[in-house]
This record gives sequence, structure tokens and C-alpha cells, in this order.
Amino acid sequence: MQDMTQMSTTEQFLFYIQENGWYVFNQFLDHFLISIYGVLLAALIGIPLGVLISKYGKLSNVVITLANIIQTIPALALMAILMLVLGLGKTTVIVTVFFYSLLPIIKNTYVGITTINKSVTDAGRGMGMTKIQVLYMVELPLSLSVIITGIRIALVVAIGITAIGAFIGAGGLGDIIIRGTNATDGTAIILAGALPTALMAILSDIILGIIERRLDPVKRQQKRISATV
Amino acid sequence: MRMLKIENLTKVYRGGKVAVDKLNLDIQEGEFIAFIGTSGSGKTTALRMLNRMVEPSSGKMTLNGKDLTKMNAVTLRRSIGYVIQQIGLMPHMTIRDNITLVPQLLKWSKEKKDETARRLIELVNLPQSYLDYYPAQLSGGQQQRIGVLRALAANQDIILMDEPFGALDPITRDTLQDLIKDIQQRLKKTIIFVTHDMDEAIKLADRIAIMHEGKLIQFDTPDNILAAPANDFVKEFIGSHRLIQQKPNVKTVDEVMIKPISITIEKSLDEAIRLMVEKRVDTLFVTDGDNRLQGYLDVESFTGARKTKKSVSECYEKEVFYVKTGSKLQDSVRRILKRNLKNIPVVDEEHRLVGLVTRANIVDIVYDTIWGDEEQEVSVEGQIGSEDLKELISG
Ligand SMILES: Nc1ncnc2c1ncn2[C@@H]1O[C@H](COP(=O)(O)OP(=O)(O)OP(=O)(O)O)[C@@H](O)[C@H]1O
Ligand SMILES: [Mg+2]
Repeated sequence: MQDMTQMSTTEQFLFYIQENGWYVFNQFLDHFLISIYGVLLAALIGIPLGVLISKYGKLSNVVITLANIIQTIPALALMAILMLVLGLGKTTVIVTVFFYSLLPIIKNTYVGITTINKSVTDAGRGMGMTKIQVLYMVELPLSLSVIITGIRIALVVAIGITAIGAFIGAGGLGDIIIRGTNATDGTAIILAGALPTALMAILSDIILGIIERRLDPVKRQQKRISATV
Repeated sequence: MRMLKIENLTKVYRGGKVAVDKLNLDIQEGEFIAFIGTSGSGKTTALRMLNRMVEPSSGKMTLNGKDLTKMNAVTLRRSIGYVIQQIGLMPHMTIRDNITLVPQLLKWSKEKKDETARRLIELVNLPQSYLDYYPAQLSGGQQQRIGVLRALAANQDIILMDEPFGALDPITRDTLQDLIKDIQQRLKKTIIFVTHDMDEAIKLADRIAIMHEGKLIQFDTPDNILAAPANDFVKEFIGSHRLIQQKPNVKTVDEVMIKPISITIEKSLDEAIRLMVEKRVDTLFVTDGDNRLQGYLDVESFTGARKTKKSVSECYEKEVFYVKTGSKLQDSVRRILKRNLKNIPVVDEEHRLVGLVTRANIVDIVYDTIWGDEEQEVSVEGQIGSEDLKELISG
């Protein structure tokens, strides 16, 4: 065993990763899955809800206001409240992430669908599409990139919330950060938790950004145009 | 004979606005009907009731005795073509998929859809390669051509068009009007067309329905409406200049056209030049073996080309404006002026070249009529318009 106190922070950090690589990796995976589960759950509920309120204008105010209110509650407070019901552990964090992800997903679905040029949906209906066909042949394809933007925003926020989730025993990279704060001279350990968290957030953002651009009909066409010219 | 019968069709919108009030119309198969009227007169509402995009409040619509209001609205819409004013192509679909949208909904096989798209795009003079493009890559006029094709793709007999050319520039509009009239006659479609351009209505329609505040004021052929407007509103709507134009002495192109000099497409350039010199003309019309008009050759097509190109087929101009035999002289004069043409060939129903109207021989006619018989001066001026005349003689 080397004398930790003799090493620089960077060396300590590398040493920690070397010694605990597997543990860090597992926490990384846990962290990622908790965030993803929460966001997917929110997408599962939020996208249909967004579609619904885009059809029934009156509902939209109520739903979006509600989602806005949830967003204003501090994450830790929301988690504490949910903990009273759901107890300690992963489930509570996933549910917290779910609540936080609802707003961007509902809102973007709503905006994506309501900003589609009305002449396009009118033409679809005029050609003899049923309501369902208008939805999946016209509205969803045309708003997909905006919906993905919502998911992207939700996921980045979710990764941050999951880090806090370690306080109620959900594991994840936050766990490593807490260990670091408890250890004397734990900067390197904090870094071993914080850097992968940041990395995860940035990578998710970039990857979903690429998917989003791929799915944007307008941008996709511009690419084709420049390819044909 | 198929027939669309509209009886007492009425639409009252929520809030009590009576947009269409007891509309009665009989439309024959193969007719071109234009709805015209001021803004808010209920044209769009009337049109959209026919494919149930707007549900009628009361009244009956029957197609060969079949009650359209009892049909499933989705099935009905798939059987009626619809061209909307804002074009409304699907931005995320290729031109091919846009054209075959209704066949797609009707679950045609892929081969049949592809074949349809290929066949149709030829109809509007666009290259096959456009089938793989997206709408944003096309100009407004090209997009509206696709919009028209979309309404034809599933062999719909009846096509509804709501100001389809409203947003286009005059020349493009003119071209598309010719195109749609040609398609309508060739494919024997029944077209119901909304417009607020009287010239467009007169040019295209077999019968014009004039609407005002939800009511049908007059429904008759353009000639009859111009000759006997039902009331002052119609008179004002038509405009006094058109009423004068409609006075007697309407000549057709057939009366003034001369024999064109033409050459068949497989001939060599040397032969073409010899023919031009011999006949002392600067334009040769290019035809195929059956005398069908293919394009033209003029002095410009020769410059620089002679060394590398040997035959007519290699260097003739394919884009040629023409009029159909039987069309009114004033239409061809207007077209010659609008496009600044030297002359305009006349073709028959089979697209065979039958004559030529030149600026020079129009001036001759005008001269003859004005100075040949003083009394007819007014009617001649009316016939082609004094503005047109000045332009014609100076240009
Ligand atoms: N959805 C609607 N709800 C209530 N009123 C409507 C609706 N659509 C149209 N109207 C009214 O019905 C009348 C007829 O409208 P319509 O769109 O049929 O006119 P139009 O002849 O097509 O006019 P334009 O030439 O401007 O297109 C107008 O007064 C319009 O305000
Ligand atoms: Mg209208």
C-alpha cells in the first residue's frame, strides 16, 4: 500500500480508479439505469399526455401548469416527500426522476404537435387519413425531433437528480461522492464520482443531440440538398 | 352519365354564421366547374362539404343517387381528389410517397404505387429523378404540380381544388392552368375549382358558380354569364372591361392561323438550315413522324452547335408554348404578349401541329378589321383590348 498522503490529487484519482475501477463502473451503470428508467417512464406517460392535450386545448393549461409546479419543488424536497411514501432506495429516485422529466417531455410533445403547419395535417385528413393515421403518419414523425429534445433535456436533469439520490441509499455515482465528502482528504474520491457523472451528462446530451438532428425532417433535407448539389 | 347532385346544402357554423345557404347544383361527369365569389362568400365551405371536411348542417349531396352524407367520411375522401391552396405536401416524405399517399392508404402494392408515381410525374413534365426528392427541394410551382398529382393518384373521378394556383406568379399559374385543363380533358375528370380570379374561371370552367354571402347567385357557362349577368352584383364582379370583350366578333385562332413550316425530328441540321433559307423563316417547328409537335428550332439553337451536333434531335428546344385549335384569338394574343413570343403554334387534340399564329398576322387581322370596316372598330378593340393592341404593334 502506497502512502496516499504523498501523492498529488491527480495521482490519487488515478490510483482510486485503478483500485476501484469495477466498483466505479458498476455505480456508473446503476446511475445511468436509474436515470434512464425514470425518463423512459416519463416518456411513456408524457408523450401520450402531450398528444392528448395538443388535441384538447383546454386541458393543456391545466396539465402544463401542474407539471410546472412539480418542477419548482427542489429535488431534495420532492425526494424526501416521496420517501415518506415509497421508503428508501432506488424506486423513490426513479419516481422523482419521473416527475421531473414529465414537464420537458409533455411540453415538447405539445409544442411539437401544435406547431406543425396546419395545412399539412389538413391535407392528410383531406386525403382520407383516419385520426390515428394523421397522428402516426404525420404528427408524430414531424414532431419527433422536438420530442427527442424534451427527452434530452429530461435525461441531463435526471442524471443530476440521481446523483442526489445516493442520499437515500439508491446507489449510483453519488454514492462515491458522498464517500469522498466523508473521508478526510477525499478530493480524489469526490472526483472519481463527479467526473463520470459529468461525462455521462455530456455524452447523453451529445448522442441525443445527434439523434435529434437525424430525425429533424428539415435538417435532414438540407443535408440531402447539399449532397445532391 | 354520372352526376353529382347538391340539394339545399347548408352550413351553419357554431356561433350561428350561415356560411352556405341552401346551395343547389347539378354537376355532370367530366365538367369543369369554378366557384367564384368575394372573400367569405362560402366557396371553401361549399367545396369542403363535398368531401365532408366540413359536415353539412342540412341538405343532400348525392353521387349517382348515392347519398354522400351517409357514407363513411374517410372512404369518401379517399375516393375524391383534393388539392388545397397551401399545397400541404408532407415535408417528411419523398415526392414519390407524397404522390402515392392515397394509394398507400388504400394499401396498393409497392409495384403498383411506384408505377403510378412514374407515370404521373411525366404528366406534369417533371423528371423521374424528382421522385426521390423532398418537397423543400422543389419550387412552389413544382410543389403544386405534385399537389395536383396527389389528387389524381388513386384514379379519383372527382377532384376538388381550392384556389390551387393562388400563391403562384402569373406565368407559372398560366402554365399550370393549361396543364390542369389538359389533364382534365385527357383523363375525363370532373373538377370543382374555387378561385377568385375571373380570368382563371373564364379560361378553365365549363360552368361558373357565382357565390355571394353564402348564396349561389348565378350558375351558367362563362359565355352566358358574360352575355347576361343575373344582377348588378354579378355585373360588377365580372368587371366592365370583360363585358365589352364579350361583344360579338369573337374569332378563333383557326381563322387567322397560317401554315407553319416544320421539320421532322430525325432530319439533319443541314437540311434544317436549307429549309429555313428556302422558306425564309427564322423558326422551324419540330414534329415526330405523326406530325405531333415536339419543339422548335430557331437561329439561336444553331449558334455554336453546328460543329458538334449533326441532327435536329440533338439541338431543338423542347419547351414550346402552344394553343389548342378552337381557342379564342384573344387568349393567344394575350399569351404572345405575356411571354413575349414571336409566334405561337396551334395544335389539335392529338397534339398534331396544324397552324401558326404570328405577331405579324395578328397585326394584319387587326388592321383589316379596323380600317377594312370602320364600324367594327369598337368590337375589335374590345376583342383584344386597346392596351394589348398598342403593345402588339410597338412590340
Ligand atoms: N370554422 C369556422 N367557424 C366559423 N365560421 C367560419 C369557419 N370557417 C369559415 N367561417 C365563416 O364562414 C364564411 C365563409 O367562409 P369560407 O372560408 O367558406 O369563405 P371563402 O369564400 O372560401 O372565402 P375566401 O375567398 O376568403 O377563401 C366566412 O364568413 C367565415 O368567416
Ligand atoms: Mg376559401
